Amino acid sequence: MKLSKFALRGATALAMLAMAVPALAANNSVTLGMVLEPTHLDPTAGAAAAIDEVVYANLYEGLTRIDSKGVVQPALAKSWTVSGDGLTYTFMLEDGVKFHDGTDFNAEDVVFSLNRARGEDSVNAQKALFKAIDTVVAVDASTVKITLSPSNGSMLFNLGWGDAGLVAPESADGNKADPVGTGPFKFVKWVKGDRIELAKSAAYWGDVVVLDKATFKIISDPAAAFAAMMAGDVDGFPNFPAPENLDQFRADPRFSVVVGSTEGETILSINNAKAPFNNVKVRQAISYAINRQSIIDGAMFGNGTPIGSHFAPHHPAYVDLTGAYAYNPEKARALLAEAGFPDGFDAEIKLPPPSYARRGGEIIAADLKKVGINLKIIPVEWGPWVKDVFTETNYDLTIVSHTEPQDIGIYAREKYYFNYKSDAFKGVMDKLNKTTDTDGRYKLLGEAQQILSDDAVNGFLFQLAKTGVWNAKLKGLWENSPVQANDLTGVSWSE
Amino acid sequence: MSEFDFQGERETWGDLGQKALKNRSFFIGALITGTVLFMALLSFFWTPFDVTELDIGNKLHWPDTTNWLGTDHFGRDVFSMLMVGARNSIAVAIVAVSIGMAIGVPLGAAAAASRSWGSNLIMRTNDFIFAFPSLLLAVLFTAIFGPSAINAMIAIGIFNIPVFARLAHGGSLALWQREFILSAQTSGKSRVRITIEHIMPNLLNILIVQGTIQFSLGILIEAGLSYLGLGTQPPDPSWGKMLSEAQTMMYFASYLAIFPGIAIVFAVLGLNLLGDGLRDIFDPKLRRGR
Repeated sequence: MKLSKFALRGATALAMLAMAVPALAANNSVTLGMVLEPTHLDPTAGAAAAIDEVVYANLYEGLTRIDSKGVVQPALAKSWTVSGDGLTYTFMLEDGVKFHDGTDFNAEDVVFSLNRARGEDSVNAQKALFKAIDTVVAVDASTVKITLSPSNGSMLFNLGWGDAGLVAPESADGNKADPVGTGPFKFVKWVKGDRIELAKSAAYWGDVVVLDKATFKIISDPAAAFAAMMAGDVDGFPNFPAPENLDQFRADPRFSVVVGSTEGETILSINNAKAPFNNVKVRQAISYAINRQSIIDGAMFGNGTPIGSHFAPHHPAYVDLTGAYAYNPEKARALLAEAGFPDGFDAEIKLPPPSYARRGGEIIAADLKKVGINLKIIPVEWGPWVKDVFTETNYDLTIVSHTEPQDIGIYAREKYYFNYKSDAFKGVMDKLNKTTDTDGRYKLLGEAQQILSDDAVNGFLFQLAKTGVWNAKLKGLWENSPVQANDLTGVSWSE
Repeated sequence: MSEFDFQGERETWGDLGQKALKNRSFFIGALITGTVLFMALLSFFWTPFDVTELDIGNKLHWPDTTNWLGTDHFGRDVFSMLMVGARNSIAVAIVAVSIGMAIGVPLGAAAAASRSWGSNLIMRTNDFIFAFPSLLLAVLFTAIFGPSAINAMIAIGIFNIPVFARLAHGGSLALWQREFILSAQTSGKSRVRITIEHIMPNLLNILIVQGTIQFSLGILIEAGLSYLGLGTQPPDPSWGKMLSEAQTMMYFASYLAIFPGIAIVFAVLGLNLLGDGLRDIFDPKLRRGR
């Protein structure tokens, strides 16, 4: 009796404490949960989306930035002019900008950053963004001139990527562990495996942000993510990892559930160089054998939009090709027979950790089994995935979401892990890079989508939904993610 | 475990049977273990539904007359998955215990028979392996050699080796002091022959008891490994994996966590009761002491 009374008192005290924590947090700081820990904090030297999710628009800025609607906005360049032939861009820089370490930002830093990103020994993950740049010249301290060869219609957008973030020559080498940018937040500390803390930068050149403190907490386990939300340990998850829990959050007035769209084309990647997948009929058979809607329902609990090519449905140039390979197992079997595999074959599918991949993989394995393709499921962690699948292309099939914005160009790359080679597609991409008028570009983008669908390069599954869950009082988080970002500049508490 | 009473006169199987019927632990344990075994065997021929067949449209149905224990997030029948999961658990545990016995018992018996620096080496190596927590060792092994049911079997088997080696060693040492062994020695039988003809049959009882206990531990650790994604791989169902998948759905489909949990408790409890009962039956001294 005595003991239980004591226990009760303890529990009450704990409960009060638990209630007090979110109340305190509601002051002027925010803690957001994220699933993956960044490998480091230099967006100009790594492909991991988790890097941009911490640093984009918060720590680093580029000449331009991409806003919540995917539109290019001025950032460190307050304005720019483009020559008539589309070959010369002149950027006027903001005045009085300082890096977090107190050094001045000027045109030389832009020259340094862009040359570093596109240089011979650059480790930038998106070097292709800067391919069209011919020269970068500092005209004076606050004017930069970029000349292109050939012209590139998406240059302003490209310069808004996190990979085009501007850094200082003095601090660039240390950015991985101790990031120094010009953004409205400055880096405080990184407790590996647990959290990354940012604080308001009072010396910011633009509008100083409302939040005093921002913490990104790394919670990789979906069940723990749910518990952390419920307990108020985190104020929100811009991308909640377990879509099955969304209905519970919806039913709870403490939370807002905002399902938006990402740039993540979730695809069944196929190693196009490896037999039997080098046969277009085999790839088409796979596309026919996949039931997209059942993957969206089964793996994502209905969150996601089916796609028929590598293109986001919310983009104006989107062509609906979902009907091209409507679910049809008979046709898949017939195509396999034509390709010389009337009895199917055995293959492997390597699945990275996110639930869209692990669950989607099980559904696809069951789908393909019906047409005679027996998949061995191999769950892998991200590290081995990047090494085996992405870098060494030692795989048959895998599932991954390509979250970079407007990245259809990856199919034209000389070496990319799909091992897809098509002169027709490259031709369309070349033309696209030389085209600046919007209608012409959209038409070419449509053609490109069609080619990928005809070649059934990959199994195109669905556009990944952005399943945001956060405290109902928290305002200003993005609904969609046109770039990999958690832009905190507009975030505040409503009371 | 060191106090074993080795009967001078052999009990007949009939005597043992009589005792078994009177022993409640044995009876309940055998009943539960029998049920689990029966379900596992039955799953080879029949399950209510095909567990490899996904039916997304029918997902997350609470238990009813069609799906007795409900369906999971892929629309698979939970009862059928539990049946096939029992098969996987038992297969892993059987192989693991067999590995432990096949290697551990000869090692322990040989160490007891030879009593040289070699036997010391064997037993100290055993102690070394024994010092590692078993689950940790299994996780380490599957992390190095890759997650699969086969590797789980080997991993669990490896940490079973010292358990059986110690048991066989201790049991044999006690036996070597006995008169009937002494008489066998004086009649000129070699140590190897004595071990095979006299020591081994007398070790059988304690090995069966320990085997049952290790079997239940094997099931637990297999469930643990599968829960961590290091054991049985999808699409094969396993109890541990069902539990880990249920984690995020526990709040609205609690049956997904409850039934595999009950299955694990049931199987482990049954095997432990069975082991307890067997020890009582084989070991009259302990029973008399009650």
